[in-house]
Amino acid sequence: MKKTWTKVVVVALSCMMAFMLAACGGGGSSDAGDAGAVLLGNTGPLTGPAAIYGNAVKNGGQLAVDEINAANPDGIQLAWQAEDDEADGEKAVNAYNKLMDDGMKVFIGSTTSGSCVAASEKAFEDRVFELTPSASQVAVTEGKDNVFQLCFSDPNQGVAAADWIVANMADAKVGVIYNNASDYSAGIFDKFKAEYEAAGKKLVAVEAFSDDANTDFQAQINSMKNAGADFVFLPIYYTPASNILIQADKIGYAPTFFGVDGMDGILTLEGFDTSLAEGVMLLTPFIATAEDEATQNFVAAYKEAYGEEPNQFAADAYDCVYAVYKAMNEAGLDASASHEEICEALIAQFAGDFTASGVTGAEMQWNEAGEVNKTPNAMVIENGVYVPVK
Amino acid sequence: MAEKLLKIKKINTRGFKNLVRGNDYRKEATISYAILVGGYLVLQLLTAAGLIGHNLQGQFVPICVYISLAVSLNLVVGISGELSLGHAGFMAVGAFSGILMSRILGNGMSFEPLIIIISMLFGALMAALAGFIIGIPILGLRGDYLAIVTLAFGEIIRNFMNVLYFGLDDGKLRFAFNHTIDGIDNNERIITGAIGATGTKTMATFTWGLLLCLFTVFVVLNLKNSKQGRAIMSIRDNRIAGESIGLDVRKYKLMAFVVSAALAGMAGCLFGLNYSTLVPVKFNFNTSVLILVFVVLGGVGNIWGGIIAAALLTVLPETFRQFADYRMLTYAIVLIVVMICTYNPAIKARVTGIWAKVNPFKKKRGGDKGKGKKSRKEAA
Amino acid sequence: MNLLTNIISGLSLGSVYAIIALGYTMVYGISKMLNFAHGDVIMIGGYMSFVMTMYMGLNGWLALLVAIFICTALGITIERLAYRPLRGTGSLAVLITAIGVSYFLQNIALLIWGANPKMFTSLFKGMKPIHAANGQLTITPESLFTILANIIIMVLLTLFVNKTKAGKAMRAVSEDNGAAQLMGINVNQSISLTFAIGSGLAAVAGVLMLSAYPVLMPTTGAMPGIKAFTAAVFGGIGSIPGAMIGGLILGIIEIFSRAYISTELSDAIVFACLIIVLLVKPTGLLGKKVSEKV
Repeated sequence: MKKTWTKVVVVALSCMMAFMLAACGGGGSSDAGDAGAVLLGNTGPLTGPAAIYGNAVKNGGQLAVDEINAANPDGIQLAWQAEDDEADGEKAVNAYNKLMDDGMKVFIGSTTSGSCVAASEKAFEDRVFELTPSASQVAVTEGKDNVFQLCFSDPNQGVAAADWIVANMADAKVGVIYNNASDYSAGIFDKFKAEYEAAGKKLVAVEAFSDDANTDFQAQINSMKNAGADFVFLPIYYTPASNILIQADKIGYAPTFFGVDGMDGILTLEGFDTSLAEGVMLLTPFIATAEDEATQNFVAAYKEAYGEEPNQFAADAYDCVYAVYKAMNEAGLDASASHEEICEALIAQFAGDFTASGVTGAEMQWNEAGEVNKTPNAMVIENGVYVPVK
Repeated sequence: MAEKLLKIKKINTRGFKNLVRGNDYRKEATISYAILVGGYLVLQLLTAAGLIGHNLQGQFVPICVYISLAVSLNLVVGISGELSLGHAGFMAVGAFSGILMSRILGNGMSFEPLIIIISMLFGALMAALAGFIIGIPILGLRGDYLAIVTLAFGEIIRNFMNVLYFGLDDGKLRFAFNHTIDGIDNNERIITGAIGATGTKTMATFTWGLLLCLFTVFVVLNLKNSKQGRAIMSIRDNRIAGESIGLDVRKYKLMAFVVSAALAGMAGCLFGLNYSTLVPVKFNFNTSVLILVFVVLGGVGNIWGGIIAAALLTVLPETFRQFADYRMLTYAIVLIVVMICTYNPAIKARVTGIWAKVNPFKKKRGGDKGKGKKSRKEAA
Repeated sequence: MNLLTNIISGLSLGSVYAIIALGYTMVYGISKMLNFAHGDVIMIGGYMSFVMTMYMGLNGWLALLVAIFICTALGITIERLAYRPLRGTGSLAVLITAIGVSYFLQNIALLIWGANPKMFTSLFKGMKPIHAANGQLTITPESLFTILANIIIMVLLTLFVNKTKAGKAMRAVSEDNGAAQLMGINVNQSISLTFAIGSGLAAVAGVLMLSAYPVLMPTTGAMPGIKAFTAAVFGGIGSIPGAMIGGLILGIIEIFSRAYISTELSDAIVFACLIIVLLVKPTGLLGKKVSEKV
């Protein structure tokens, strides 16, 4: 009896210590806003299968913050903190709360949609302004006046893709392979299908796969081939897409593949034979090989800092930081403002006629629903580089 | 198989000794309830005093949910002696059916406690149903085969959730599979396949979490201490002996399995009501394993051990945020080291030996504590 | 022709599962533990081979040898450090430790090689696929060699286990650990050897799998690991021919359900088949029925 009680006391004490540690970790380190820097926070998957996206956003945001601080030593100073959420809603809320403990003033969204919906709810309750770089689901902004997206929302992408195909590829026999376990892919596909069929067209084949089975695509590719599809829409990320390209090539099936923004990155995949991507089309706001000065500077700086080519996620985060910084300056805020004050001021900016230009779009504007208005570019891969579709 | 359950058996002989002594149940119950209520009060006080940050506060409900899941899984793993790797599947059933119910009720009702209670009961019912359906065929299987079937079941549930669509249409519930989604108007969707449930009204609070934990512990302890519970445990210890005295093995195993599933469903429902969105991917194999880790680390069959392990291990990855990139690596190392330290006989004896020397709570009998433990271990 | 194509892709996928399942089944046979870290050894093998070919400029086959060597060493180390201290404490404790090891390997890989996926260069790059039946049927060299490798490995392993002294010792240990020890068999050595072989095979499986499905990430091994574990149970865990049959059947079911039923539900169908098989034969297709002692 005594022995057990001692054990209980010991364990309970160690529990308390752990909790205290957690509590201190939260309350104690609110020094991140040192010297009046405005803390921008982000949550994203830094570990796990989606880690590539989280890390890209983390790096892109950090780069922008460093650049801004170096360029404007007398202006508002920014600080950047990215926390791991493993692309999981529960962890995202934890990570968001950790950022709040650390004194976050503006939330540069969660990287992935699923986590972002959960975290945005909290940001809405706490009145923290949120601009998400890459969470494209509608539910992210729905009903929340302080949440804005820098990327296209999924439906907009689906609609844009369908419209583009109807306008430019009227005779194509279109097939789709999408990821039904990904909210991003399923979201785009839903709207794409509705819009495409509304134009009186029919999809010749639709196949799905799930994240757990994203290695073998022969069944899906065979289905496309047998249905005679000569134009395959891939509203998926470039990793499974590269797999599809390789396997289609192996059986000698060569339709025109058409992707969305998630397809960007396929050319910089280490070890990937880019000749397979020849002729692939995609609709994307960001192109790492674009000729304009802003993009080239960004890509060069990113490569220098992190040793790899930035993808669309890094670019989105980079633009987010610049947009927020610009809006804060235009609203006349200074670093001492509370997150509620910043929130209201930035809502007025973003819902008003505020525009921002960056590497993912020029003169971007936002509506009150939080959606961005920018033009996607239709690109085609020729000789290993993107060129605009003629 | 005998070797596999060795650990369980050992604890259990102690349990029986205590049963004979008669105060086992009361002690276990007292400790469990004391930890839950004490922890709740302390944390509430600290929160009121402003000593707890957002991060920890935000974890109160999930901690309660995981405690409840660990206790309910203990019913299968510890008390019934079967390895289950699909607990997250029942959690998923409870979560999604609970959310569905809360949305339907939310249309006409504004009294939140009632919505929560009905949703949780509904989640529990659906999970129990799933547990019943899966339990009937599989409980004839033994050991690791049962483990793989529960794993398979968890994956099947998740796969189905990926293609299931639920929507409300003028107050009428509609559902569909992926290819026929056109039947549901977009604005009224509640559960949309892989996108999961979005727009859930977050109603869960710490107090509800506490009530859930108390209820779970109450059910499990009472079952454990009932005639049925003793039958379940005797089957675990010796199936053939149990059969020979006329116990209906399947019935008792099924009972433990279904009750455990129902409790997991209830916990899942509260989890679902704590977040505005919930995706099926959440309930994958890793989550099942996570719950199993709580049970094993807390001591198989030990209810309050599971409670503490669940609470600690939920908070732990958050406290590791200071390690930044090394966070999950640290977690993995801690997991391995803790398992080896708690289960390796030699290391455990050494640790207890050192502990006995430095133990600040050392009483008169403190000196022979280490020795006593060691000899018991060796005897086993 | 479609049917034939599907059978071949099924066999090829199944062969990968079978080779991975061998590692599971042998380890289970000898130490009665579910080694959930096995899938991640595959991933490490893949990365090793990738590093050797891309950064060190080694030939693919040489890189495979290096990967086998490293994975073998890794398997022995894991067993020595993480599993041996827990031997005899019941399989639950080891199961959790194995999961800890799995997290560890995934996160180490994430730290070393980063989150960006790598595209694995096929071992058979440059070989032409075989076209038959007027081009309607295509057999890729990857499929062909994977199936061949599976058969060769199976034959060699069966010979090893049945004919050599070390193999017989392994069987004795898995039959009865204590009695084997009394007969003068070095149990530790036998178990180490089993882990060594299982991990070496994992490297082979990793390279073959990545040759066909080339995306390499820190989590690459997780799902094939679970599927292969399912395959091992399917065939009767502990049985070497069982692992092969289980793997092949699983691969065929997976490809067929994707081709003819539903791509979304293929995993659900695979797992449902497993449940049905276990209901009919509770110890898997070739599993031994162990009678309980009273």
